[in-house]
Amino acid sequence: MDTRRQDALVAGWMRGALLLGGALALAACVGLFAKAWPILSSASLLAGLLSPDWAPAQGEFGLLPFAAGTVAVTLLAMILATPVCVLSALCISEKLSRRWRDAAKLAVDVMAGIPSVVYGLFGVIVVVPFVRALARAVGSESSGYSLLAGGVVLAIMVSPVIVSIAAEALESVPRGAREAALSLGATRWETVRHVLLRHARPGIVSGVIIGFARAFGETMAVMMVVGNAPRVPRSLLDSACPIPALIANAYGEMMSVPRYEAALMLAALALMLAVAAFNLAARLTLARWHGRAA
Amino acid sequence: MISRKGQDRVFGWLMGLSLAGVVAALIAIAGCVAVRGAAGFTWRMLIETPKGGYYLGGEGGIANAIVGSLCLAVGATLLSALFSLPASLALQREYASPRLSRAARLLFDTLAGVPSIVWGALGFVVMSWLGMRASLLAGMATLAVLIFPIMTCAMAEAVKAVPPGVKEAARGLGASRTQTSWLVVARQALPGLLAAVLLAFGRGIGDAASVLFTAGYTDHIPRSLLDPVASLPLAVFFQIGTPYPEAQARGYASALVLLVIVLLVSFSSRLAGRRLSRHVLR
Repeated sequence: MDTRRQDALVAGWMRGALLLGGALALAACVGLFAKAWPILSSASLLAGLLSPDWAPAQGEFGLLPFAAGTVAVTLLAMILATPVCVLSALCISEKLSRRWRDAAKLAVDVMAGIPSVVYGLFGVIVVVPFVRALARAVGSESSGYSLLAGGVVLAIMVSPVIVSIAAEALESVPRGAREAALSLGATRWETVRHVLLRHARPGIVSGVIIGFARAFGETMAVMMVVGNAPRVPRSLLDSACPIPALIANAYGEMMSVPRYEAALMLAALALMLAVAAFNLAARLTLARWHGRAA
Repeated sequence: MISRKGQDRVFGWLMGLSLAGVVAALIAIAGCVAVRGAAGFTWRMLIETPKGGYYLGGEGGIANAIVGSLCLAVGATLLSALFSLPASLALQREYASPRLSRAARLLFDTLAGVPSIVWGALGFVVMSWLGMRASLLAGMATLAVLIFPIMTCAMAEAVKAVPPGVKEAARGLGASRTQTSWLVVARQALPGLLAAVLLAFGRGIGDAASVLFTAGYTDHIPRSLLDPVASLPLAVFFQIGTPYPEAQARGYASALVLLVIVLLVSFSSRLAGRRLSRHVLR
């Protein structure tokens, strides 16, 4: 085979592989949408989606408890994780010597690679009993499998993601900007607040959003500690059931009830679109920011 | 009102404390799983499959899950590499315009963030549409779809980091773009490519949500691609879910096995990267 034909052939394969990415995205949307159609096409069921009643056997598919559970547990995780992660990233980029910086980054990388089931296990062994004790201390009754436990486990789980993106953003701030601020007599903290955080803000915000998206779709770790009760949670010590946990738990029983599968696939579609929108926004911001900085 | 110096000191403390907190979480997780896992660990559990009444605390081991997870993750990694490598090379200027390349990177970054439970549900839809049962093949394919964007993003970074001068030199010597990409660029980016493969493998072997619907679960070691197959994360999950302390202790031990595998992969990728990068031109 001559070189030119070989080149064209290989290029075709490479472009095909690239196209596969687009095909996957399309297939995911179309496949889930088609499966969710039985619910989307019926006006009464569509209206029922927003109700808090979840009773698949009676044909009631209110997704509100699950949407509320997802949003609550994710927001809680982000409230817990964001300040700590941004401060940690600042510590890595501003305070540590080169050697300790590499060590800290290694630790964060290792942490990012730990499987979610291990985080869940840690939650069951440590966080859940802690929450149970906490509930007793404040005079209320809780099994410990709660929104709070889910939030804590998720916060730990997404922190390596946020720390590594935020630290990278901070490190890309030019040295001159720091030196200029310090030479004007600013303290470290003033430099951070007025120069670094302002300069690296798009990167840090993107990191937080990517962490948020990760927490939003996490299944295993959350499912193991959050209690999985299909109700709208009223307090931090209530159990909740986020959408990923709903999908994972309903496997097996969904075949026996009509339209059950459609409701679940609709939930999966909503989950995917929400997460994709967050990620897309964050990545666009990052790409644009890097483009400007370079 | 605290003085400026005072604020600076408080903030310095907070920074150090935060990082210490994150690192402490890592140590707590690893330590907790190591201590609890070591208590229930026996070498025999690595080579035995579950016997009758295993989940009630009976005899046996988790060889089914270890073999199953390795089969799933190795198969998915190979399958995904078959497409990730060409896709990442196709993002170079010679094949895609900068605009297309940027759009494709964005697409892969977004796909890499799609929750694994969504791929699991989708895999289940495709399976039932094809009339397939939960099997090693279906689990492998779903896992491959999950790690394909992750591997492609990481590989694209490695390819992007190859200095243009190396490519220009190859083209100047008369190499076609295919020869340049596959013999020069891929070779130069080898440490990064390998790290990408191992990263994807690590993600694949630890993921439970995508194989929950598609790979099934069984007490046996799979004999063919169409058999259902067990996996380590699910083995941990199911054993923890039982009310029997013996089974739970083995769940902790299974988590330790999983953690050790993941950490080994992570460290060997760093080592291999360092060794291989001796041959890279700078």
